[in-house]
Amino acid sequence: MKTIYIMWLRELKRYLRSKSRMIGSLGQPILFLLALGYGLGPTFQKAGQGNYINFLAPGIIGMSIIFTSIFSGIQVIWDRQFGFLKETMVAPVSRFNIMIGRTLGGATIATIQGIFVLCLALIPGFRPQNWLSIFPLILVMLLVGTMFTALGTAIASQLEDMQGFQLVVNFLVMPLFFLSGALFPLSGLPTALVILTKFDPLSYGIDAFRVLLSNSGHYTLSFDIIVLCVITFTFLSVGSYLFSKIQI
Amino acid sequence: MDNIIEVKNLCKQFGDFKAVDNISFSVKHGEIFAFLGPNGAGKSTTIKMLTTLLTPSSGSIELNGSNPLNDSDAVRHSFGIVFQDPSLDDELTAWENMEFHGVLYGVEKGLRRKRIEELMNFVELWDRKDSLVKEFSGGMKRRLEIARGLLHHPKVLFLDEPTLGLDPQTRNHMWTYLEELNKSEGITVFFTTHYMEEAERVARRIAIIDHGKIIATGTSAELEAQTGTTSLEEAFLKLTGNVIRDEAASATDHMRQRHQMRQGGGRR
Repeated sequence: MKTIYIMWLRELKRYLRSKSRMIGSLGQPILFLLALGYGLGPTFQKAGQGNYINFLAPGIIGMSIIFTSIFSGIQVIWDRQFGFLKETMVAPVSRFNIMIGRTLGGATIATIQGIFVLCLALIPGFRPQNWLSIFPLILVMLLVGTMFTALGTAIASQLEDMQGFQLVVNFLVMPLFFLSGALFPLSGLPTALVILTKFDPLSYGIDAFRVLLSNSGHYTLSFDIIVLCVITFTFLSVGSYLFSKIQI
Repeated sequence: MDNIIEVKNLCKQFGDFKAVDNISFSVKHGEIFAFLGPNGAGKSTTIKMLTTLLTPSSGSIELNGSNPLNDSDAVRHSFGIVFQDPSLDDELTAWENMEFHGVLYGVEKGLRRKRIEELMNFVELWDRKDSLVKEFSGGMKRRLEIARGLLHHPKVLFLDEPTLGLDPQTRNHMWTYLEELNKSEGITVFFTTHYMEEAERVARRIAIIDHGKIIATGTSAELEAQTGTTSLEEAFLKLTGNVIRDEAASATDHMRQRHQMRQGGGRR
């Protein structure tokens, strides 16, 4: 328990200390919210889909969560390069607990980022249908954050250095984001795209955000949560297995 | 039981490369023991096996009465380590790095706080306790790592080339600390170095390893007598030869190369 706590605390301290990381990672969501929100809003409205900002905001929250959490997971590579990983690897504690602590830390940071984006989305006019839904929303954010931090950790455990990092961003994070229905509705898509969106775990996260925030989900909330739980459990198992096998 | 470290017929093989080839040695309680050898001789691989970071291919290790293989937690509690490269978290303060270590090793809070202050005073970093580690010089980082390695009252302190890249003043200072600790806390020190004069000065016994085999053990004087030389440096060169060793031949690199070949290359 103490191991999990101290690993979590470390992730959080590092995050709170690097103001540039905090602010830098808000740049992209702002750009998406403003450019797409105002740029595509009229078209979206004309197509009879209603207010685009209300549709887009949950998607952008999902975007900031997936970026933040995968990068938190990938931190394992930094820790390996800067040597800190060794310190945790020779400690008389289980690697499983170390991995869980790191993952919960990453998930917490991602959730904080998600809440920031939610606040930012209020500026161009986004309003949640019910403010009380913020509380279940935070729980779902934590779940999605845990899922992707575990995925990032699993990948980073297999990478030796930073060379593979760009690969992960271009071939994993970007596709996961664009194929998730963050930017477009999941209904009425070509079959190939439907299949891809069904395989994208982020789809279910963003769909759950949408149910909670604007009551306009593609699936039901319980279905989203069940899928998210199953995938999170799988990623955690794979991630902690790979993490425990790291050789320095 | 006299010996705190007991190694018998230890081997580590990476593919067909024998990084450590059937070595046996022992280190007594409270001894300062130097493990010398050219680059790629198997020093770091041996330390990694002793400290539970690598699994031996064969042979047995006993550290403070426990076997790293089946009781890794007991072994991990009983040693502290200063790695060849820094292993601090740069984004945390010096004190936070210590606190983190103390919590991980389950040192009870009251004792932990007291011990942290004591050790940081000892390495003269207490007045910098709230500075981020990234602001520290190489020597300060090393001192902090030594303090951290001692926090949980280990029986053995492993130091893998602890003075690499430090200026003579810092090196001298560091060994003074370590000798003091060895006397006051009776802690066993196991270290590797390329500076022969350090080994000559502080080590009670020395083992020289080359090509994965231990080729000589004894006090500095015994090694000199054995080779008919007048300094440890000469004895070392006589035993290991004058050929310059390629750093790339180190065991981990070898392992990585093999790993890549298996993977069809190109992962790095």
